[in-house]
Amino acid sequence: MPKFSDLTAGTALPGRSYKPDNVQLFLYNAALWNAHRIHFDQPYATQVEGYPGLVIAGPLIGEWLAQCVVEWLGDAGQLVAFEYSNRKAAIIGETLRSGGTVSAVDAQRREVTIDLHVKNENDEVIAPGTATVRFG
Amino acid sequence: MPALLGAEHLAYIGRQAPLKREVVTRRDIRKYSVATGQTLRKYLDGDEGPPLYHVALFWDVVELDQLMPDGVSMDGLIPRLPLERAMAGGLKIEYHRPIRPGDALVARRTLTGLYEKQGSQGPLIFYEVVMTVETESGEPVLTEKTTRLLR
Repeated sequence: MPKFSDLTAGTALPGRSYKPDNVQLFLYNAALWNAHRIHFDQPYATQVEGYPGLVIAGPLIGEWLAQCVVEWLGDAGQLVAFEYSNRKAAIIGETLRSGGTVSAVDAQRREVTIDLHVKNENDEVIAPGTATVRFG
Repeated sequence: MPALLGAEHLAYIGRQAPLKREVVTRRDIRKYSVATGQTLRKYLDGDEGPPLYHVALFWDVVELDQLMPDGVSMDGLIPRLPLERAMAGGLKIEYHRPIRPGDALVARRTLTGLYEKQGSQGPLIFYEVVMTVETESGEPVLTEKTTRLLR
């Protein structure tokens, strides 16, 4: 678990790599009740909407950005704010990688701001984000 | 570019949806946690919802005849728009306390923005919905602004 006193702007969060398959994508959309065909209907996704394959759900990638923070943070503090945007679609078969860097430390509030990203195999940021965590 | 959005569309800004009420179950948190690849036990065991669990909790449960041919249910907060192909946008969330099994939660949703932009591959319509989530007794849980795109 990170110690607040050790953190400075530039501290890196480890992040993870993800290679979701269509079973995980199915379970995710079933958990939401999301029937958008781009996530399970390959002919529809490619021929009608023009994607190269089945599209990984945007908020699932958002959850992976948040995961980068909460898995690093453990019980050392809590997430108080989080935002992200989906900039580019990711397709089943791609390997994605999350990561983050501390951008600011507020000693008085014991809060840390973190820049986050999920990148694709071409090193493009497909989803940037920021999070604020408060240490106990 | 001719405007896609007219006064009849923009009149929807400020509109509120009927309150949504949901009771959180451990089973639903566990399913969501497995599907999102969580590793922390508190999520996998369903003791606490992961950071975006509320997205699943308050996703519209619609009947089959309310789904469009692409499988999407249009948000009842927005009017019929000239672009209809949905794309993910983003979220901005302030957290007040975690979501736990047994919580009886109330969500209030308001359409706060509707605008158009020229994208690299054509026009886009953006809409923004602010959702506040509280417990039945009025304790704040989170506030979220969702931005969604139509192309």
